[in-house]
Amino acid sequence: MNIHEYQGKQIFARYGVPIPKGIPAFSPQEAKAAAEKLIAETGNEVVVVKAQIHAGGRGKAGGVKVAKGASAAEERAKAMLGTTLVTKQTGPDGKKVHRLYIEQGLNLEGARELYFSMLVDRETRRITAIASAAGGMDIEEVAEKEPEKILRVVIDPAVGFAGHYARQLAFGLGLKGTAMSDFVGLCAKLYELFLKEDCSMLEINPLLISADNRVIALDSKINFDENASFRHPEWDGLRDANEEEPTETEAKEAGLSYVKLDGNIGCLVNGAGLAMSTMDIIQHYGGEPANFLDVGGGATKDQVTKAFRIILTDPNVKGIFVNIFGGIMKCDTIAEGVVAAARELGLKVPVVVRLEGTNVEKGREILSNSGLAVMPAANMAAGAQKIVELAKKG
Amino acid sequence: MSILVGKDTKVLFQGITGSAGGFHADQCIAYGTSVVAGVTPGRGGQTWTGATSKKDVPVYDTVRDAVEQTGANTSCVFVPPPAAADSILEAIDAGVELVIAITEGIPVSDMLRVRRVLDAQTGPKRTRLIGPNCPGVITPGAGCKIGIMPGHIHRPGRIGVVSRSGTLTYEAVFQLTSLGLGQSTAVGIGGDPINGTDFVDVLELFNADPETDGVIMIGEIGGTAEERAAEYIKKHFKKPVAGFIAGTTAPPGKRMGHAGAIISGGKGTAAAKIAALTEAGVKMAPTPTHMGETLKSLLK
Repeated sequence: MNIHEYQGKQIFARYGVPIPKGIPAFSPQEAKAAAEKLIAETGNEVVVVKAQIHAGGRGKAGGVKVAKGASAAEERAKAMLGTTLVTKQTGPDGKKVHRLYIEQGLNLEGARELYFSMLVDRETRRITAIASAAGGMDIEEVAEKEPEKILRVVIDPAVGFAGHYARQLAFGLGLKGTAMSDFVGLCAKLYELFLKEDCSMLEINPLLISADNRVIALDSKINFDENASFRHPEWDGLRDANEEEPTETEAKEAGLSYVKLDGNIGCLVNGAGLAMSTMDIIQHYGGEPANFLDVGGGATKDQVTKAFRIILTDPNVKGIFVNIFGGIMKCDTIAEGVVAAARELGLKVPVVVRLEGTNVEKGREILSNSGLAVMPAANMAAGAQKIVELAKKG
Repeated sequence: MSILVGKDTKVLFQGITGSAGGFHADQCIAYGTSVVAGVTPGRGGQTWTGATSKKDVPVYDTVRDAVEQTGANTSCVFVPPPAAADSILEAIDAGVELVIAITEGIPVSDMLRVRRVLDAQTGPKRTRLIGPNCPGVITPGAGCKIGIMPGHIHRPGRIGVVSRSGTLTYEAVFQLTSLGLGQSTAVGIGGDPINGTDFVDVLELFNADPETDGVIMIGEIGGTAEERAAEYIKKHFKKPVAGFIAGTTAPPGKRMGHAGAIISGGKGTAAAKIAALTEAGVKMAPTPTHMGETLKSLLK
């Protein structure tokens, strides 16, 4: 789960991570009021208007603008709200700007921009911290072309972000004096935040070293580990519905994992691996999947019905392929869900069902006794071929 | 022989009094697994009875009690996510040799702690963790099934299966069985970023197992476990391997930040994994329906 820059910075502030002063704004009027407040507090007329979307690369796309005075900030806000930003990380459709963050302007003269991040690293099976003196720029390009400029330390969870890890990065970054000691303190704070807030990724780009040698987080990107949502009721308040596909949110609430795609064959599958390879095999036989949908291990009849409803909200869907290999999931449960969904929604597109595994006989019986025109398939390949053929006719 | 589980495996179920834990403990007993104990804190002294197997199993408050009283050497964890990592740690602390964690959705920060404890083990008595978020382990020839896989699709034989994906494991097993090829052991290692046992660990065991003639290995996009397995296979693995990678057509996810891309450095895609495995001599199945046939074509 992603959150906005300003939400991340509010969390930073709680952990004592230095950030510039800033106020979120949802309208040009709010932007103006925020700018007035910041100008009064800091005595500096310059503020920065920053688009709040769940993607990086905003600066290049026009999502970060400097304004001198509150009226200018209001104008910038008016121009930015409602526009769609296309950045390297948004995909071609871009993201519409609904929220802004108004931040005090900082004097960047003589300042250095660093890159800092932490993430759960599959390879080392620990948290890895990454830092680079080449912040602010295209860091992925740096990593590819000049890998020696990327510093990393692997954190032993038994000791935490110990001073020696932080110093290793700090010396590599060429930090001295107060910047060095501030950076060491910052690493410890961010590590504490990372664990307590159940992050899976945390990135600051750029991390500013000001001309007077202070460390300031100019940006924040935080990604939470959804598995830990049971101990973070506050996350509900951080979600931004505008950043999510409504059907994906609906699916999540129903305990289903759904991702909308561009094809016309709806897929209902149990298990992420099988769901991915169902998409693979549909493409192998010349079709295009309309979605990824994993009903999970222990889905109920109601969840299956819900899954059907979600698939059918996509007007492109010309056929549905149900591919189930029951382990925890019992085939009769799936069959009951398919029958209930078909009765309730009055299926107008062909449905091919492939069932295998626990209680498969019961499941097949329920389907054949239902009187519905649901087509059984002997295996995954046969089912995929059949639904591709039927979807082309439709 | 087979690997990991067999005739001498005595299993305790952590979370046996829950609905999923109870259902699957019962299914495992019906398959022939020796289930000797259940553990649910606060329910010690009670007896759990399988709904269909009718078998009575004593329930203990702690794993240590269960191990001392019954000699259980393997634990199967069905505890819900908030307490799952603690349950795994309890089993490690009690010296259980093999812990198979079925639970899906354990917070990654909890698993980092578990991983640290596993890594810090010294001496000959070390706990091996399989999973979490996995279907479990089955050795059909010994009538030993520990996990949630449907038992009836398996048959005893000489092919090993190792997979990150639960349902694709069933798919591979079912294809093998349909072709008349049985399985020595099928192992689901789970799809979580931080897990207990990797492809390489399982391949080492299959390599040393005289009753395994060949292996199907099923990977997924993300991480570099398949690439590491390819390196191992190239250098050390003596038996034929058929492979499949799920996610060739998965669209790149919407993402934030660069840290993931920096750390993966171009690895982790289906194409990179398929290339690495092919280069290591693994024959890749063109579709998930062809895993069994691909393996069969490699046998002499």
